Amino acid sequence: MSLTTEPRTDAAGPPPRGRTALSRPLAMLRNTWRGLTSMRTALTLLFLLALAALPGALLPQRSLNSGKVDQYIQNRPTLGPLLDKLGFFEVFASSWFAAVYLLLFVSLIGCLTPRTFEYARAFRAAPVVTPRNLSRMPHHATATLDEAPDQVLEKVRGRLRGWRVAVIEEPAGDTAVSAERGYLREAGNLVFHIALVGLLIGIAAGKLFGYEGQVIVLTGGNQFCNTGILGYDSFKAGTRVDGTALDPFCIKVDDFDARYLPNGAPDSFRASIGYQSGDELNAGPNGPWHPYQLEVNSPLRLAGDRVYLLGHGYAPVFTVTWPGGESRTVATQWRLADPNTLLSEGATKIDRPGMADEAQRRRSQIAITGLFAPTSSGGKIVTSMYPAPLDPEAAVDVYRGDLGLDDGRGQSIFEVDQRQVASGALKKVARSNLKLGQQLTLDDGTVIRFGDLSQWVSLQVSHDPAEKWVLVFAVLVLAGLGTSLTIRRRRFWVRLRPVSGDDGPSRTVVEIGGLARTDQAGYGEEFTRLRAELLGGNDLHERDESGGGS
Amino acid sequence: MPGLAISTATATISTGTAVLNGTAMANETLATYSDYAYRTAMVIYLAAMVLHLGEYARDRVAASALVAAGSGGPSTTAVTVGTAEGAVDGPVRAPRSRAERFGRTAVALTILGAVLHAVSLVLRGAAVDRWPWGNMYEFSSAICLVAVVGWLTVLYRSQRGGDGRAAQLRTIGSFVLLPVVILMFLAGTVLYANAAPVMPALRSYWLAIHVTAASISGGMFLVAGVASALFLLRGTDPEVTGFKAALPARDALDRVAYRVTVIAFPIWTFAIMTGAIWAEAAWGRFWGWDPKETVAFVAWVVYAGYLHARATAGWRTGRAAWVNVFGFAVMLFNLFFVNLVVAGFHSYAGVN
Repeated sequence: MSLTTEPRTDAAGPPPRGRTALSRPLAMLRNTWRGLTSMRTALTLLFLLALAALPGALLPQRSLNSGKVDQYIQNRPTLGPLLDKLGFFEVFASSWFAAVYLLLFVSLIGCLTPRTFEYARAFRAAPVVTPRNLSRMPHHATATLDEAPDQVLEKVRGRLRGWRVAVIEEPAGDTAVSAERGYLREAGNLVFHIALVGLLIGIAAGKLFGYEGQVIVLTGGNQFCNTGILGYDSFKAGTRVDGTALDPFCIKVDDFDARYLPNGAPDSFRASIGYQSGDELNAGPNGPWHPYQLEVNSPLRLAGDRVYLLGHGYAPVFTVTWPGGESRTVATQWRLADPNTLLSEGATKIDRPGMADEAQRRRSQIAITGLFAPTSSGGKIVTSMYPAPLDPEAAVDVYRGDLGLDDGRGQSIFEVDQRQVASGALKKVARSNLKLGQQLTLDDGTVIRFGDLSQWVSLQVSHDPAEKWVLVFAVLVLAGLGTSLTIRRRRFWVRLRPVSGDDGPSRTVVEIGGLARTDQAGYGEEFTRLRAELLGGNDLHERDESGGGS
Repeated sequence: MPGLAISTATATISTGTAVLNGTAMANETLATYSDYAYRTAMVIYLAAMVLHLGEYARDRVAASALVAAGSGGPSTTAVTVGTAEGAVDGPVRAPRSRAERFGRTAVALTILGAVLHAVSLVLRGAAVDRWPWGNMYEFSSAICLVAVVGWLTVLYRSQRGGDGRAAQLRTIGSFVLLPVVILMFLAGTVLYANAAPVMPALRSYWLAIHVTAASISGGMFLVAGVASALFLLRGTDPEVTGFKAALPARDALDRVAYRVTVIAFPIWTFAIMTGAIWAEAAWGRFWGWDPKETVAFVAWVVYAGYLHARATAGWRTGRAAWVNVFGFAVMLFNLFFVNLVVAGFHSYAGVN
């Protein structure tokens, strides 16, 4: 980091003398670039980024819960629509958030590029020349040893193994040793920042080429195949995904097992599924299925896709027997009304079979709608006491008439179309509470039996081809960060001055100095150790400003 | 999950009597002892805090007296420090001042408190047979323990420097213990959750890795935040009087803040990354801007800003300290607001 404040302006050269038409805009461009890549700007952009992300946590977000967003806007008729227009409910897809992080990354790249070259140069360069006055260094000591300069130099060299060392014979007859170590700090720093760019590119690529689809599948051997978008209940895809080339695989949901603690808290969820992928699909549904226990925290990982168990619920099975003896058994998933007790609500819609006349068929459709409690409270008003199906009961309203399924409009699978009820095309013909196995009879003799209980699981298929790259860059980010924050860049100098006594140069004045090139103090201990080893307690004078502490 | 607990629970369900039965879910005895240890640790911290305050007040009086004496100025101070050092290391043990004794007892109590605190967490873990940070009470407790251990480490290392900095730093003990005691009190009352197994999404070895890293960095950020706040409180005047008189030197506070943050930041980065890896396995995506993820990201950016500020001219000290304090405010916000107010994937507080 200490290099950041060093001027980076040399590369651009002095401003041109000639006042051509181009020089002014060029100068402006250059100044803008310098400004953008300066540390101060990067710092400002960092804080802007933090500030811009905050509304993403404070305001409801469309991507997480669109119902809550609508509610929020409804409650604030003036502020709500304004915030909506400014993108505050989709912060992380908004142009201003993108502007901040893109500027930050441009600034980052602009800062990284010259630093990388500078580092490459510095890596090959010899350590700097030994300063003339070592006593000015933050760490400093002098001693006179009873050894010849050559011997001392040998000792110094031995001690400085692992350091980059340059030895210079100075004109005055002194020998100067200049050593530096901790080059990896800057390498770690560069790796960290470059990996951040890689991380961003990886995430962006995942958003472009990835998709996420949710689908509800009933248990009991029902299947889902990843062949196209239409198979999904909801599908969110990157702009480069058109849904034509999904990785083909099929899932068969055999069973679902949920366990709960006595207080109703969930204990474990497990779906027993089978899957086919690749060539196995040619064998068809009767071919081999690989069994898999799909659990929370344990997704099914196929070649290009992951399958997750996201949710579950009940599908009451109703059998309708018409007076003519025709019968239909239908299981439709009901949605959760209370996620704690799994009280569910829904509408099971049934067509009467064997109706040749289209108009008559439409008049005799049946919908069973209402509440379902896996462990019923009993009584007239049914509610659920416990999420496991200990005592299932459904409180249903039965409608007969035209459900409005054929008018071309989409309708919810969880409710009947209230417009049909209002227009009189659909009439409520019965209301009853049915325990498992109980039945009710309509006025025309049709019998509706709550005969069985099925379950459904909600699966998510996720596809992100760049995910492993994101992981690789994340690991590099961490490695770079660790390196740059733990390694200290520091310099160490030794000057050996022979003392010419009567019996020749057998003694040496050894002067040592040290300088930590990074903000982080803590060089003192190492210097103290070097001093002890080289001077061996013969110091005449010492100065250790940083206090030797760590 | 203990196999026993599962089978008991299942048996209860299958026989059709869904009775609330605490013993099936956790070892009540261990959980009770854990609570005792927790409360005792909190009281001991409180006592240590009071003793530190006593030390601080006495030091302040001494320092004010020196400043008031005026003429002696620095040389008098130097002599005083020298005497204090002599008391610590010298062969002839001069009688310790009352402030010195207060401070030393406070540190001893803090160590005792930390041991009991650790015992409380270990017992909690044994009671539920999982890592003891599965809800907000346990998580806050872990953060506080890390903060206390981090503070003791800072103290120990500054003592090894052996130039009187430890004695000087020690006076801020009450300021470090204050947020710890407040947080522990809130955790033990408002956030308290009975010992119980965690929801299926939290049953993963990533709980041990991700939440451990998060609580370590959280506790360390607390120590750094206190140091930076005191740095700001102390102001730029070389000589301070009154309440601030006994505060350590500016650069000592700054050094503590920076060194602790420099270690905590990579751990926090690791916590976020392991969180993302876990989210990929549990929720189907590695990053989804869930409120907790968003605020964790904001905190990360703020701390990255702090480290950059330290290398930027004009930002190095005062402004950087503000950034550090703000960073810890974001961490607190993430702990309380996001868990309790905002609904998201991380709403496992266990608080009703």
